[in-house]
Formats: sequence, structure tokens, C-alpha cells
Amino acid sequence: MSRKPLVRECPPTTWYFRQPRYLRYMSREITSIFIAAYCVLLVVGLQRLSQGPAAWEGFLLALRGPDSIVFHLLALTAAFYHATTWFNATQKAMPIQIGEGFVPGNIISGAHYAAWAVLSVAILFLAGVF
Amino acid sequence: MAKSHKPVVWFPFAAGGTVIAFFIPVIVLLTFLAALGHVPAGLGYESMHAFARSGLGKLIIFGVVALSLWSSAHRLRCTCYDFGLRADTLVATVLYVAAIIGSIAAALFLLRI
Repeated sequence: MSRKPLVRECPPTTWYFRQPRYLRYMSREITSIFIAAYCVLLVVGLQRLSQGPAAWEGFLLALRGPDSIVFHLLALTAAFYHATTWFNATQKAMPIQIGEGFVPGNIISGAHYAAWAVLSVAILFLAGVF
Repeated sequence: MAKSHKPVVWFPFAAGGTVIAFFIPVIVLLTFLAALGHVPAGLGYESMHAFARSGLGKLIIFGVVALSLWSSAHRLRCTCYDFGLRADTLVATVLYVAAIIGSIAAALFLLRI
């Protein structure tokens, strides 16, 4: 007795075009490429900083230019997309129970957004942006 | 008892995802200003060097860089798989080794400052 085996049709390279939610998932996946590239830039920056003032100034100068601006815009979009989706997910990832009920999800995500805003403004202030 | 190595991979991934969410956007914004030619005063050599010289500064920089690297490596691994690159063991090895090398390099650079 033989039955037809189950063949799950799932094209390995194009599956995410089937549904808008898959596309949203993949668009979040893609942000990791730009964030990883930016992390490499951070390590290079640390190297330049350890090599002295001239190397650091050269690094800052090398950051200027149209290519760098395009890369930064992509990395900035990726970083913001990662951050917002991450904070939106916190209410599902770590629900807080008080007594019988759960703390509303909006409060958990909102607290993360508030902390993010305060931290970002503090870092911009410490870096002398304003 | 069967042991899983997943927590070892997962803890730095989750910590890295949080660190990226909180810190990377504003750091990108700072170097974006430098890319536009408006280098913020805090990105000058004196202040960056002073920050990286302090113990707390070293710890913060290393924490942000190493956790972000590890989290990115893990996410890139998943991204490769989702785009149809199914040689997962090879991809995982290459990316995790790269993240570890990057973290060690960051630590060595920081110790030299």
C-alpha cells in the first residue's frame, strides 16, 4: 500500500511574494544587511580612533560624500525600521501580568518608545549636536 | 540530558536586538551628520578619545559593537536562509566567526586607546 507522499510546494527563493505579510517580514529581514554593514563601519572607526588624531580625522573625512550619504540614509531607514518593529513586538514578547490581568500592550511598547526618545536626545546632546 | 546550545546564541541575539533598537539609530544619525559635512563637536578626536579612554566608555562601546555584531550575524544567517541559501551550517559558521573576530578586534582597538 503506498500513498502519494506529501509534497509541500514552497519555492525557496520566491516564496515571500505570495502574501503581503511575507513581504513585510522580508523587508524587516533585509534591514539586517545594512545594520551589519554599519557595524563593520563602527569597528573600522574604532581602529582609526586607536591609530591617533590624523587617522581619526581621515576617517571622518572619508565619511563625507554622496556614496556615504546614500549608505547612511539606507542604514538610518533600516535602523528606524528595526527599532520600531522591535519595540512594537515587546508587548508580545514580554507581557507583564499584574494580578489577574495583563498590562495593556500599548503601555509596554510606549514605555520603550519613551525610553528610546530620551536616550537618543541625551546622546545627541552629549555629542554636542545641540 | 540533552543540552541545547540555543540559549548561548539566543541571549546575545536578543540583547543585541535591543541594543541596536536603542542605540544604532542615533549613532547612525551622528555619522550621517558627519557624512553631510557637519561633524558634531562630540565626534572630534579629543572627546571621542577621552570617552574611549575611560573604563565606562570602553565598556559601553564594546557592549554596543559586540552585541550588535552578534545580533546582525544571527539575523543575516536567517536572512540568507529565507532568500534560499540553504547551506545553513556554512553560513552560520562564516557569520558567527566574522562576528567573533569583529568583537575581538573591537576589544583590541579599545585596549590600545
